[in-house]
Amino acid sequence: MAPPARRRRRSGYWLLAVPTIAPLLTPLYDRATPMLWGVPFFYWYQMACVLLAMLILATVHLRNRRREFDR
Amino acid sequence: MSGGVESAVFAGLMGAMLLLGIGAARWRRPRDIHSLEEWGVGGRAFGNWTTWFLLGGSMYSAYTFVAVPALTYGVGAMGFFAIPFATITTPLSFIFTTRAWSVAHRHGFVTPGEFTAARFGSRGLGAAVALTGIAATMPYIAVQLSALQAVLQTVGLAGEWPLLAAVTVVALCTFRSGLRAPALLSIAKDVLLGWVVVAALLIVAMNGGWGESFKRAGAHFAATPNPSDGLLLGGSAGQSAYLTLVIGSALSIFVYPHALTTMLAAKDRSTVQRNAAALPIYCLVLGLMAMLGFFALSQGVLPVGRDLNTVMPQLFHGLFPPWSSGIALAAFGIAALIPAAVMSIAAANAFTRSIYRAYLRPAATPAEEARVSRWTSLVVKIGAVGCILLLDPAFSVDLQLIGGVIILQTIPAGFIGLLTNWFHRLALIAGLVAGLAAGVVMLYRIPQAGPGGTIAKAHFGGSITTIGGWPVYVGIVALLVNLAVAVAGTLLLRAARVRRGRDQTRPDDYDADADDPMVKRLENLLDGLPTSPAGVHAVHRHPR
Repeated sequence: MAPPARRRRRSGYWLLAVPTIAPLLTPLYDRATPMLWGVPFFYWYQMACVLLAMLILATVHLRNRRREFDR
Repeated sequence: MSGGVESAVFAGLMGAMLLLGIGAARWRRPRDIHSLEEWGVGGRAFGNWTTWFLLGGSMYSAYTFVAVPALTYGVGAMGFFAIPFATITTPLSFIFTTRAWSVAHRHGFVTPGEFTAARFGSRGLGAAVALTGIAATMPYIAVQLSALQAVLQTVGLAGEWPLLAAVTVVALCTFRSGLRAPALLSIAKDVLLGWVVVAALLIVAMNGGWGESFKRAGAHFAATPNPSDGLLLGGSAGQSAYLTLVIGSALSIFVYPHALTTMLAAKDRSTVQRNAAALPIYCLVLGLMAMLGFFALSQGVLPVGRDLNTVMPQLFHGLFPPWSSGIALAAFGIAALIPAAVMSIAAANAFTRSIYRAYLRPAATPAEEARVSRWTSLVVKIGAVGCILLLDPAFSVDLQLIGGVIILQTIPAGFIGLLTNWFHRLALIAGLVAGLAAGVVMLYRIPQAGPGGTIAKAHFGGSITTIGGWPVYVGIVALLVNLAVAVAGTLLLRAARVRRGRDQTRPDDYDADADDPMVKRLENLLDGLPTSPAGVHAVHRHPR
């Protein structure tokens, strides 16, 4: 039998809920104003969600990497 | 004259790319490419960068870059669904794809079918998932090739031979190099794509900027008689269609065989997670392309005939200097061939592992598996070309529509299965069949509205149906039917004490990383094949 895999402590995974839910709030962002550089809110909000996803995923990933080194 | 420059740049770049693909077999050459792990998932040793490029190349395909702007051009806001859909796949894959990666590494899986067979102890379920995957992938390859054909036509290479030539060369690359060929091509493609983005931003800036494009596109949509187009979704009906389309498409990414194939090529869990974090860069590019649909509208770009998919090629053809549009079109052309290669590899692996080895030759050696997959991938590509050349092009789009709905029906086994083995194998098969039937029947009953309230097409007119007054994506409705049957069936079968399948995975399989001793052992054996006659997986499952 194989030895059991190391259990990894997970921290900050709840943050992942933010970029999952933010793009699903369709009724809230289905509007034209406020505009950004002439682009309606509907479009720039969803593009902003992409950046938010990158930021949060990178944060969660780095946090868990560091924990592994600590042990 | 200008057409000459464009086609010369296009043909030169395409030729260079394909030579690169043929050379790919020598890149990171393994000691032995004659195993399915080497050929089919690149030896499971792709690092951060290679995985990122390959994922970008196979997920964000020419079809997306051509079809999404075609949608925003045609209907407006609804076409933007691809952006939130791609966004939410990233936090989900951060959790689910790492689990899939770990269990696949411990057990040597290369396809979703193998995982479901082991998880629920049923090779019948595995075969059903594999067949559904193949059926959904084939038309996907066909639409990629039809996107390539649209590009070839724009460059002036009409007729069938350019398409045949391109597919033949890619088929040869894949046959020789396996997943290494599309991985290397993806890197080269992204260099071209980078140029396309810069050029597109420049062109938009020189022609009045985004504000002007949106203003003119809005005026255009206001003038059309169609009430459902516009720069916004316009009320709860549009929002419900949008939301269900986003959720359905995002889930389907986790069960398409080619998506898993690409992620399994990553060398460890960290690579998978870093990729999830960095992949949205492609999503920004896609968002930009989607907005280019409005720019095309504001510039009065017209499609060739009634095929909206030619809008993007036409935009670059008409507004870019010839050498620059040659680069853009070559990027699209390569972007069509990469996913075609990856998808045919994935479909071939699904056949080899879940049908050939499960039913026909349980004792197949790794070399034999690799051989079967190579030939199957060739057959798959020839089949896809056949679809394009022999069938009405509109028909391949219908098939793609159906493909998206049917792949979702493997969610309970392939995606929920990553979390729990609660479902009974027979209930999952029944749910799959019920979901497939419900999905296809609903799609069949959707007519396409033509101008002036006429019916342009009686069947397969779209993927949005109306349930209780709410427009919703068919795939989600069919999935709910599927889940209802699977849950009810599981409860019934448990009550009747019908034997459940034995779960061959263990909870800690889902957390194993590359430093895990079991995983290590697997890789050593794989690298040093064929010393073990039947391969480590055969030993795993068929003790003798």
